[in-house]
Amino acid sequence: MATEYWPNSRLRTKTGLGVWEHRGKVAVAGIGFSPTMRRWDGADLSTSVGALTIIAAQKALDDAGISKGEIDGVVACPIGMGDNWGPESVTGRPYFAPPYDTEDGLIGTSSDWLIKNMGLWNAKTTFHGATCFNTAMSVGAQVVGDGLANTILVIRGMGNPPGRYHQSPETNYSGPRQWSAPFDWRLEPLIAYGFDQYCRKYGKTHDMVAPFVLNQHRNGLLMPEGYYAQNRPEMPTKEDYLAARWVVKPMSIMDMDMPIQTAVAFVVTTGERARGMKQKPVYILNHASQRGVVRSTTETLDETEAFAANIAAMCYEGSGLTAKDLDVFNPYDGYTLFTQYYLDAFGWHGVKRGEALDFYAGDISVEGPHPFSPSGGNNGNGRTRCWGQYDCIQQLRGQAGKRQVNIKAETAIAGAFTPGTSDWTVYCTSPD
Amino acid sequence: MPKPVPQPDQLSKPFWDAVNQRRLVLQTCTACNRRQYPPEPTCAQCHSATNLEWQPAKEPVRGTIYGYCVMYDSRLIPLHEDQPFNIAVIKLKEDPDIVFLSHLPGTPPDEVPVGGEVELFFEELKLAPGRLIHEWKVVK
Repeated sequence: MATEYWPNSRLRTKTGLGVWEHRGKVAVAGIGFSPTMRRWDGADLSTSVGALTIIAAQKALDDAGISKGEIDGVVACPIGMGDNWGPESVTGRPYFAPPYDTEDGLIGTSSDWLIKNMGLWNAKTTFHGATCFNTAMSVGAQVVGDGLANTILVIRGMGNPPGRYHQSPETNYSGPRQWSAPFDWRLEPLIAYGFDQYCRKYGKTHDMVAPFVLNQHRNGLLMPEGYYAQNRPEMPTKEDYLAARWVVKPMSIMDMDMPIQTAVAFVVTTGERARGMKQKPVYILNHASQRGVVRSTTETLDETEAFAANIAAMCYEGSGLTAKDLDVFNPYDGYTLFTQYYLDAFGWHGVKRGEALDFYAGDISVEGPHPFSPSGGNNGNGRTRCWGQYDCIQQLRGQAGKRQVNIKAETAIAGAFTPGTSDWTVYCTSPD
Repeated sequence: MPKPVPQPDQLSKPFWDAVNQRRLVLQTCTACNRRQYPPEPTCAQCHSATNLEWQPAKEPVRGTIYGYCVMYDSRLIPLHEDQPFNIAVIKLKEDPDIVFLSHLPGTPPDEVPVGGEVELFFEELKLAPGRLIHEWKVVK
């Protein structure tokens, strides 16, 4: 039977739930990233998404100092980020011999694919999280906390096959898209118009995002696992940002992360078990998921800000932390014009609503007093939606290398994706 | 502009039928006097499935430009030739919780008067001659 998606009803999607029942009893014990590349060449199966996921998973096991046989569960976000590969896709390319005879392993990696092809013979518990790696982390934390498995791999393989993706010749739309497609409305226009609304409300401008984008790239070049550090080690300039072509004005190409081909894996286990493994455990204090419902055709700025505020409230309530307790903060940045909502809402380092863009103008470097988004995020490393999670673990272990922040690093929060739909994890060096 | 063509379903057919007759109707819950657009199988507020009616919008149908963006690089290939173009978010004047989308035909790209008033009109779909879609034009 195919692995089931973990239902939203079993995620923590509202305030009022109190402190997470498994607070500090679940920990991250290992992390691993595969090499990154801009695209898959469509031929070399040793660099397929599935193969890269196996590499990432083995690195996570090695990092934790455990063997394959100690893994008794896998939680994956199995969906890809780009177009599908095979016969059902726009391009209609042929599949390969097993295990590459379906999309699984070519565009994303399911729990079942990894178990079968990595030989995880003891992994009996599997679940899938729908949105991204952050969803899988929320599911994984709950799976271990609930005792459904003891030591699991949480994985995400992300494919970027040849060609420009998400370009559609379609002229007829049904279902929910019948209301939006005729006007070319989807996520990117929503972000752009939302940011324009934000600027009108608070008297800000698009160029004020430049210091944040440049800092993301700077941090990314200090992330050895990242795409840019491995493949394009050139630092962009403010002039590059200001001259970048519009995709949906006021959102430019430099406000959007670049799709890459890579995979990530974490070992998640009980706090007790993690204390016997190779690395210093990083405990999970809470996980929270936002599943916002809008009133009409699209989100208004009021709704976006309310969603972001709800995310922060859920994260803080379930972990028992406050904004003053939060040391390392890695909110989603794959569309950089979302990030200000999170900074405003979480109130990190005293930022209040409408102040995020002003905050960017200060010292947000990893060496400084306000090391915002030290991972470099998706903007600075390529699209995975998991650099923030990865960096939180490294920062709290004291293993972030040149990105290691100089401020106290005992608590951390990372999450993605949109204010309306996203998943977040709260970490701590201590289970208490 | 060759707008993609909406495909009506059982729920949305009354709306699109009305549009083709140059009328704007809105799904209304008579139990809690709440309008919703797009239509839903139940009222999102009281969850009633039996009190939903299609009621005409108040004539003349006016709205306010709440915000906008300008599309330069669409994912929809048939729209590439018309780039750049506006995409505006319109709040219905009689019920600002109801939000519509528009290309604001006649308004040059990036010259959108945010907060300005717009009026409903009906545009023939280039890709489906004889079929109409609801659009908005700036009146002041």
